[in-house]
Amino acid sequence: MKTKILMGLMAVVIAGLIAVPWIASYFYIFILTEILILGLFAASFNLIFGYTGMLSFGHAAFFGIGSYATALVLIHLEWPFLACLLVSMGASALLALVIGFLSVRLNEVYFAMLTLAFGMMVFAIAYQWRSVTNGSDGLAGFTLGSFGLGLDLTLGNPAVYYHVVLAIVAIAAVVLYLICRSSFGMILRAIRQNPERVSFAGLNVRTYRLVAFVIAGTFAGLAGGLIAPFLRVASPELLHWSMSAEPVLMAILGGTGYFLGPFVGSAVFVLLETWITSFTESWMLVLGIILAMMVIFFRKGLLGTALDWWLEVKK
Amino acid sequence: MSKPILTIDNLTKRFGGVTAVNGINLEVMPKETIAIIGPNGAGKTTFYNMVSGRMQPTEGKITLDGQDITGLPPHKISRLGVSRSFQINNIFPEMTVQENVEVVLSAYHGHSRKLFNIASRNTGIQQEAVEYLKRLGIDSLKDQRAEVISYGDKRLLEIAMVLATRPKLVLLDEPTAGMTPDETRRTTRLVKSLADSGDYTFLITEHDMDVVFNLADRILVMHRGEKLFAGTPEEVKNHPEVRVAYLGEEDEEVVEEANA
Amino acid sequence: MSGIGAALLNSLDIGLLLFIIAVGLNIVFGVLNIINFAHGALYMLGAYLAFTLINLVGMPFWAALLLAPIGVAILAVIIDRVLLRFIYSRDVADSLLLTFAILLIINESIRTIWGSGIQVVQPPQLLSGSVQLLGSSVSTYSLFVIVIGLLLLAGLWYLFNRTRVGRIMRAAALDRDMAEALCINTRMVVTGVFAFGAWLAAVGGVVAAPMRALDPGMGDKIIIESFIVVVIGGLGSFPGALLGAIVLGLIHGFGGRYLPEVNLLLPFLGMALVLLFKPNGILGKGATA
Repeated sequence: MKTKILMGLMAVVIAGLIAVPWIASYFYIFILTEILILGLFAASFNLIFGYTGMLSFGHAAFFGIGSYATALVLIHLEWPFLACLLVSMGASALLALVIGFLSVRLNEVYFAMLTLAFGMMVFAIAYQWRSVTNGSDGLAGFTLGSFGLGLDLTLGNPAVYYHVVLAIVAIAAVVLYLICRSSFGMILRAIRQNPERVSFAGLNVRTYRLVAFVIAGTFAGLAGGLIAPFLRVASPELLHWSMSAEPVLMAILGGTGYFLGPFVGSAVFVLLETWITSFTESWMLVLGIILAMMVIFFRKGLLGTALDWWLEVKK
Repeated sequence: MSKPILTIDNLTKRFGGVTAVNGINLEVMPKETIAIIGPNGAGKTTFYNMVSGRMQPTEGKITLDGQDITGLPPHKISRLGVSRSFQINNIFPEMTVQENVEVVLSAYHGHSRKLFNIASRNTGIQQEAVEYLKRLGIDSLKDQRAEVISYGDKRLLEIAMVLATRPKLVLLDEPTAGMTPDETRRTTRLVKSLADSGDYTFLITEHDMDVVFNLADRILVMHRGEKLFAGTPEEVKNHPEVRVAYLGEEDEEVVEEANA
Repeated sequence: MSGIGAALLNSLDIGLLLFIIAVGLNIVFGVLNIINFAHGALYMLGAYLAFTLINLVGMPFWAALLLAPIGVAILAVIIDRVLLRFIYSRDVADSLLLTFAILLIINESIRTIWGSGIQVVQPPQLLSGSVQLLGSSVSTYSLFVIVIGLLLLAGLWYLFNRTRVGRIMRAAALDRDMAEALCINTRMVVTGVFAFGAWLAAVGGVVAAPMRALDPGMGDKIIIESFIVVVIGGLGSFPGALLGAIVLGLIHGFGGRYLPEVNLLLPFLGMALVLLFKPNGILGKGATA
């Protein structure tokens, strides 16, 4: 019964998301595009944080690399958008393989700091390698051409771009969800709860952590590839550690123990930011207070807390 | 006479200036149950940690079924057929009891590398997991979250997980520690029946002498990291030095526990 | 030669300032097992309080150096009792997240109270000149920073090795249960240590105020630097914080002068290299999973 209600709710949300361009203004289309992209970014992060138990403070490296890759390919090669996204995923996967290989052997505090350091290294390179990255200004002035696959889409139209983002994020989310539900995903959850027990079951925990890290990096790269045309720029801010903090906040906000938690977190985050910044400058202050409350009292996040409450009340 | 399944040769572990385990030799025959006893700090757990790969030995050699496993990492040793339980509970607290065993089984069967199967629809593994839970008599708890079941049941769950890797050699580290007398009797009976089934080779450390004398074919008595004596339960009971050095202390501990 | 001498002195004053700040972070981690993400924000608060006391209240620098850190330490006691007490029993990730929330709150409060613009604190008259040293002109204030750093270093060494309080802190760092068994009030130790760490951060902030312009981003910058210092030297290690601070000071002092095109990259490269080859830091305690 409850599963049916939840499924129904999901269907309504999905239908609503598809219908948005016909019922809402450009303002909301932009907001939803951002929510979807950041939601994918946060969901990819949650694969390593919520599922595998590794707190990375350098996830923006993959997001940023993805956006730079798409921007560079658009500027220099003018490939179709789909090809750009594949290059973004490939570049971030490669980077995640290198950073992950060096980082996953360390435990939580050191892992957090090492990923932070690697992330800032990538930031520093993007900031100082002016001939390729255009330094602090970032790469701008690229235009989207065709989509690829022979599809005739006007990507410059925000409504069309929104639908493209929606479709790609939906496919990526389904893939990530399947990974979480697989035997591999079960092992990741087991690693979070008790890595030693997993290694005594005969598995090399490091390898599993690394694979999770690379998958997460790849999807963050995809999200980065989607954000560059949306922002019309790929700049070092996308690589900065404060960008790495965003998926952390979103995952905690929505709930790290639930697959959709990061998406809920992204929605709440972006909507709150838009709403609060409309009447006060102190968005970060509010965010800090919310985060503190979530960590202390609602460690399961909004989605987890709401689900718990609902399942409890309606028994 | 068959070949030993495990051969320990001059196994030694030093921490800085302290020698925790000193020159232990041991041969374990297939289907045998060997108990290692000794007071706290005798080096039993360190010994286990080396055999299971959690610690590197300083000196010595460990051979499993003719293969040198000295200093291999835990997951490799586990793959080769050594499985262990821990003194403290070592389970996946947020998973169900059944999922706990499923994790181990999917590792064993290589399903853990599958990215796109659906774990909760893997009926083969689920049935197998229930089988193991039945064997330990805790299948009625299969849908409970592991962290909420009783302490004794958690220990049994861990034994189920240990057995699910189909080990050639099972290391149990104080399987009845912290259990109520009832749970202890139940666990002893279970381990006894597993040992009698002839499917497993056990290496057990234990404080409870009743459990030890009940289960063991042979007993290794450790004291301050060294072998004090090895023999059958009868011989150990009658060995004067062991009585003084170890069984005496055991009585004291019983008194302490009773006072606590 | 004069270039190298200047770079060396520059490295030393950056290094010792970093030491003051990072050692507080390290003590808090060593004793409480908490990575205080808000440490940089507390440093910044120290600087801004000093700015108010000096420029707006009109106090002398020395009074600000005394009072501002005490104010920050009092705030730290409140933070500890109101917020952190909930998460001491949880894992390190939670403390990172909660202190990150505190960082956001302090950062934004500072932006609201003092504005986003740059503020400047003048060094006291006594220290505003410069002297000839090692063949180059060095500001007196740089020498003052070096002296303060060395004084604190000596004081901390004395505290940890020669006093009962210091020994209690070290005992609590090694083994919380043992400290409790010795009838030490660990709750007091916990709060005290957190406040002491904040005090050190704020001293660093006041000392830094006349050297660096104040802006609401200065805390974020220094927390990353402090992370690098403790990772290079070793988490939880007192001599490690000194070593890490000097190494990072040298990287800045020489990197800024001789390798300006990659100077942003160098500190992170150094940190990553240390973690790769000595994951516990050069002088740190256990780390690998």
